[in-house]
Order: sequence, then C-alpha cells, then structure tokens
Amino acid sequence: MESLLENFWIVLVLKLLTVALLVPVAGLIIGYAELKISAHMQARVGPYFAGGRYGWAQLIADGVKFFQKEDIIPAEADRPVFKYAPILVLISAVSLFVVIPFGPGDALVVRNLDLGIFFALAISSVGTIGVLMAGWSSANKYSLIGGLRAAGQLIAYELPMVLSVIGVVILAETMSLNGIVEAQIEWGMPFVIPQAVAFVVFFIAALAEMSRIPFDMPIAESELTTGYLTEYTGFRFLFFFLGEFANMFTFAAIAATLFLGGYAPAGAEVFGITIPGLTGPIWLSLKIGVLVFVMIWTRWTWPRLREDQLQTFAWKWLVPIGLANIVVTAVMKVLF
Amino acid sequence: MTEYFQDYITVGAFIGLGAVLVLAMLGVASLLRPSNPTKAKYLTYECGVDPVGDGWAQSHVRYYIFGLLFVIFDVEAVFIFPWAIKLEELGMFGLVEMVVFIAILTVGLVYAIRKGVLKWE
Repeated sequence: MESLLENFWIVLVLKLLTVALLVPVAGLIIGYAELKISAHMQARVGPYFAGGRYGWAQLIADGVKFFQKEDIIPAEADRPVFKYAPILVLISAVSLFVVIPFGPGDALVVRNLDLGIFFALAISSVGTIGVLMAGWSSANKYSLIGGLRAAGQLIAYELPMVLSVIGVVILAETMSLNGIVEAQIEWGMPFVIPQAVAFVVFFIAALAEMSRIPFDMPIAESELTTGYLTEYTGFRFLFFFLGEFANMFTFAAIAATLFLGGYAPAGAEVFGITIPGLTGPIWLSLKIGVLVFVMIWTRWTWPRLREDQLQTFAWKWLVPIGLANIVVTAVMKVLF
Repeated sequence: MTEYFQDYITVGAFIGLGAVLVLAMLGVASLLRPSNPTKAKYLTYECGVDPVGDGWAQSHVRYYIFGLLFVIFDVEAVFIFPWAIKLEELGMFGLVEMVVFIAILTVGLVYAIRKGVLKWE
C-alpha cells in the first residue's frame, strides 16, 4: 500500500478523480448557497420543495433538466469556436486546483509547483479567451458587446490582481503556495495584516475577474440579455456557470492561502500550536466559506457599475494603489 | 522521471481533465436530449426581432487600446516577480532599480490617462 501511494501515476490518477469530483460538488454547494443566501437577503424563502426539505436538491434537479435540453448552435454562428469556448472556461477552472494546498506536505496538494501563484494567475486568464471566443462566435450583437466588455474588464482587473500578489511574494520570498503558507506560519501572522491593502485590491479584482456584481457589465441581463451567454443553451450554457462557481471556490481558496493563512488554523501561528495535518482542509474550507459568503453578500448589496466607471476604477485607482503597495512593501522589507 | 517532468505532466493532465469533463458530459447528454431542428430555432436571438445586418458589427477601438495598455503592464509584472523573490539579497541596489522602473511605467500610465484613453464619449 505504501509503495502504491509513492507511484507517481497512481497518485496522479487519484488526484485527478478527486478534483473531477470536487469541481461539481463545490459548484453545487456554492450555487445552492447563492440561491438561499440571496433569497434570505431579499426576504424571500428561495428554493423550497425540491428534495423535500429546504430545496436542497434544487441544483441537482436543474442539472437533470439541462441534460434534456436541445443543443442549439445558431445557423450564423462560427461553429467550431462556438462549440469549444466552454472547454477553455472549464480548463481554466479545473487547472487552478493544481496549486491549491489543502494541507502541509505533498499529499494534500495536487502539485506544489515552484511557480505556484504565477501559474494560477496565468491559467486563470485562459478563461478570458474562452469568454471572448463565446462572445465573438455567437454572431449576435449582444454577445459581441458582452464578449468585448468581458475581455476589456478581465484584462483591466488582471493587473491589480497581479500587482497585489507581488506584495505577498516579496514578504514570503517564494511563489509556491505551500511556501507562502509556511512563511505566514513563520511570521506568526496571516499576511492580511501586513498586506491589508493588497488583500482589498486582490478581493475587488477577483470579483471583477469573475464578472460578479458590481462588475457584471459583460452579462448585464437588463441591457445585453446576458451578453456572451445569450446564444448558449443546455449543457454548454451550464459549463459557463459551473466554471463561474468553480472559480468562486478557487479564487476564494487562493485569497485564503495568500492572505488568511491557508490551511493553518486561524490564530495557531500566534499561539504557536503545531498544525495537525488532516485538519488543514477543514480550516481552508472554513476560510473559503467566509470569503464566498462575502462575495454573495456583495452581489446582493451593490448596484452594477457603468462600463466607463469600471475601467476608470481599475486604471486610475487599483493599478496605482497596487504599484504603490509594491514600493512601500519593498522599502519596508529592505530597510527593516 | 525527474520532478521537473512530473510538474509538466501533472499540469498537462489537469488541462486534459477540463476538456474530458466537458466532452464526456456533452457525450452523455447527446444520448438523452431531443433533436428537433426547425428553422426559427436557429435564428440569432435578438429579443424576438429578426436580426438586421451582420452579427459581427463594428466595435469600439477603445478595447484595442486597453489590450495594448494591458500587454505593457503585464510584461512589467513578469519582470517584477523574480525581483520580488530575491529582494532580500539584492538589497538597496535592487530596490532603487525597481523604483526607477516602476516610476517610468507610472509616467506611461499617466500619459495614457491624460491622452483620454479612459474618457467615454
């Protein structure tokens, strides 16, 4: 048994299966949370009947419904591009799981890449190409505008995100996500304390990267009839949503790992408690849960930004703040 | 097999997993879903109105400028990462160099904003 778990290929297959299971499960849980929390925030009940109690099976029922939907590709559409756009979105969502550490050591992370966070930033922008492909290939004016808005928005907010991560990398002196968590344990505090500005910038940029309210101009229902999603039906449509929910999970996980101590229990660094390996996933899940709740909360609290406000906010505020944060962090690091 | 190749194989396998998940689910769904093509169903959706003109309409050149700005700053970020890791060893010299580098790029950003890239009319 021991030797089996040291075989690279067997471990790889096990990890692939785990992630293949984790993506839909995380999607279902976050989707259900979103339905219920949003309902209660608006003084509604939300899904109620499916599954008997509290409508817990609502999203499973939705999934089954999507299975029976006809797959419509508009006659005008650019067929191959239209068909494969959802694949890119899901590739980006699934590959992000590679670097997220759920516990110390090599067992609870798919692969502890040296380039960790850099890889995460790179692969998360692959989804942008999928969205742009979807918008372009639909041959629909709403979709085209939605796709271009999405591309313009995602690249504008990619920058503050990258810049805010650099502050953490300066402190941790490594790009490996495992290394960043270890650095936080060594420092005795989560990086949200010395990098509070970076955390706020990162979180705002992450909301924008996921096109969530208040940054949902690309899919604005009331003006663009959901933008690049307009022409999609059935399962292809579902993949964009699965990608969105999986991204909520992974972005929350990365934010928790970079700034909130990741798999290390909250406060453990301060009290000097040694971390039991197997509780790592529980702590990380709790932190992800809190961050996802804040994302949903934000969605039902703020109105949508206008397109020019959205671009101005990124280029005039977040990018300069990100650059200033790098300089300040570097000066502190060298001087003290 | 070295660690080096294992990294690449793992990443490759997960990229493959993303594609396989989509194709497998679409494959299963194709066994269950109906197919009843009618001409109206395949029309471009424009809120019930028959589409006028080409779907690939002209779009704003502004998005292209955002693309250019992005490339400049993203390349900058790639340069900053290795510096950020080795800052402790580079010390004062590295710090001053990078502040100069960031200052030059900030001038570029200010120039773009002053030129009116962010103004929508």
